[in-house]
Amino acid sequence: MNRLDQVFENNPEGNLLNVYFTAGYPKLRDTRTILHALEKAGTDIVEIGMPYSDPMADGPTIQQSNDVAIGNGMTIHTLFDQLQGMREHVSLPIVLMGYINPVMQFGLEKFCQKCQEVGIDGLILPDLPMAEYLDIHKPTFEKYGLYNVFLITPQTSEARIREIDENTHGFIYMVSSASITGAKGSITEGQVAYFNRVNAMGLRNPRLIGFGISNHETFSTACQYAKGAIIGSAFINLVRESHDLEKDITEYIHAVKGR
Amino acid sequence: MQYGVDERGYYGKFGGAYIPEMLYPNIEELRENYLDIIAEPGFQEEFQMLLRDYVGRPTPLYFAKRLSDKYGASIYLKREDLCHTGAHKVNNTIGQIILAKKLGKKRIIAETGAGQHGVATATVCALMGLPCTVYMGAVDMERQKPNVERMRILGAEVKPAESGSKTLKDATNEAMRAWINNPTDTHYIIGSVVGPHPYPDMVARFQSVISEEIRWQLKEKEGRETPDYVVACVGGGSNAAGAFYHFLNEENVRLVNVEADGMGFSTGKSAATSILGKEGVLHGSRTLLMQTEDGQVVEPYSISAGLDYPGIGPMHAHLFDTKRADFYSVTDEEAMKACVEVSRFEGIIPAIETGHAFGALPKMELKSSDVVVINLSGRGDKDLATYIKWGGY
Repeated sequence: MNRLDQVFENNPEGNLLNVYFTAGYPKLRDTRTILHALEKAGTDIVEIGMPYSDPMADGPTIQQSNDVAIGNGMTIHTLFDQLQGMREHVSLPIVLMGYINPVMQFGLEKFCQKCQEVGIDGLILPDLPMAEYLDIHKPTFEKYGLYNVFLITPQTSEARIREIDENTHGFIYMVSSASITGAKGSITEGQVAYFNRVNAMGLRNPRLIGFGISNHETFSTACQYAKGAIIGSAFINLVRESHDLEKDITEYIHAVKGR
Repeated sequence: MQYGVDERGYYGKFGGAYIPEMLYPNIEELRENYLDIIAEPGFQEEFQMLLRDYVGRPTPLYFAKRLSDKYGASIYLKREDLCHTGAHKVNNTIGQIILAKKLGKKRIIAETGAGQHGVATATVCALMGLPCTVYMGAVDMERQKPNVERMRILGAEVKPAESGSKTLKDATNEAMRAWINNPTDTHYIIGSVVGPHPYPDMVARFQSVISEEIRWQLKEKEGRETPDYVVACVGGGSNAAGAFYHFLNEENVRLVNVEADGMGFSTGKSAATSILGKEGVLHGSRTLLMQTEDGQVVEPYSISAGLDYPGIGPMHAHLFDTKRADFYSVTDEEAMKACVEVSRFEGIIPAIETGHAFGALPKMELKSSDVVVINLSGRGDKDLATYIKWGGY
């Protein structure tokens, strides 16, 4: 069973915390340190970002972490080397997130094969068009046991949400507002209406809410409207400032989850 | 062979819409509406009127006698430099702003590299009374101060792109992000035949007036509608797309794309995408782009700020792939020398971008019977500081 299915099955009450971090940031060799600290601290799902020079959907915080990671020498090859053998220590579901161009250059089939080899459960490739995924890549994803996670936004039409629900596995990434990552603010009435509208659709996939989640308050609010939430930019800010990754990550995750 | 866009938004294997879901509704709205709106009589009437009375079209097709004598062929210059704002860019911004109004949009955003497209966008926003924000790399703002001030005089807000390399590609990223943040009331005017479908096709259609005019003008002068060569410089490729458009399916017309080779493609300081580029995805379309082995976008270099884009439009990638177009690369030095030659032979100081197109002439093997049309895409006033700095005249 895919670890993503497992985590939703084991936690019917939800409150799942998904944390994004950029591979090779702040230092090239921090990837595994951060991953292990997140698992130990009780994170439910981890999203590892593969850095890209032109991350169109991301805000300044994540773009800056991408630039630093690329400067540190992070590549997809290096990431797979770093993740080799990680399943001996880490059991939480792991999703790789990145833009399509570096994956294309690596070779999509080879990429999927390496994902399976190191124990990746799903992929988020925001600029891979659904039509191309369905026409060309879907059998490859399935062959290597990889779930493809799609995004929806407040502007996504109902018909499109249904289409996405049909073709997503694991969960739907529910972008909380019309924004790039790292946008600030609390949850508004408009957003609540959007969450309720989607919840009333009876989708087969669980949803996780991302964009604008940074602390216990925003996390627990989001959890009222979905199975959990995703933290990205706020976590990048934390690791950038940290002098003791393991300690700071543990404290942060506990604080967000309210333990 | 089909050289235009297909119904899926592809040129052969290039093109498409590689966009995050956040942009999907915006792009879909455009895709569903652009052809119908452009076909509306009301749209065409306003577009044609503004091209004529505001832009100053048709632009002349001028027989360049002294250049013809020198290169031993009949050379015609399509005078896009005489368009309002000094370049072909305004053909597209006029078309897109009328389209934006028909879609009910209330504000306009745009990216710009050298500032020419930014100025052309700020101009039509002033014309239509719409608020305008132009994203421009912080480095480019420093290099192109007069254009920044032009945009401000016209009432546009110029926002620096501080991310990445702080140039055109980052300005494009910032504009895309701004669009993600304002999905319903804003139209994004892309300045070249790049970006996700339908942009490359839409921009090419608005620029196609160039080749439409060349056909009837050449008929008047030479008694034939089709030249042997159409030559244009290519960064993203909008002036080339416009100059080629009505000749794409006439295989007896050789299409000549001229890329900026900077200091030479072996030096690492070049923008010659057909030589240095590999297939990939840039700014929402599958095309040829300059990138590292790991798929990170490489910052190109050219003396001409309008040509240092790391990719080319998907239509041009397809023309390259199918060998429908010849590609030449012209260095900074060759382009500057060609600029001075055109100035001295014809009394026209061209934009440095356009100087690259002229730089291909010595590399082409021309016969005395050949009819060559060079798209003189812009005038050189904006480049005076670069001319002076180069100094070789």
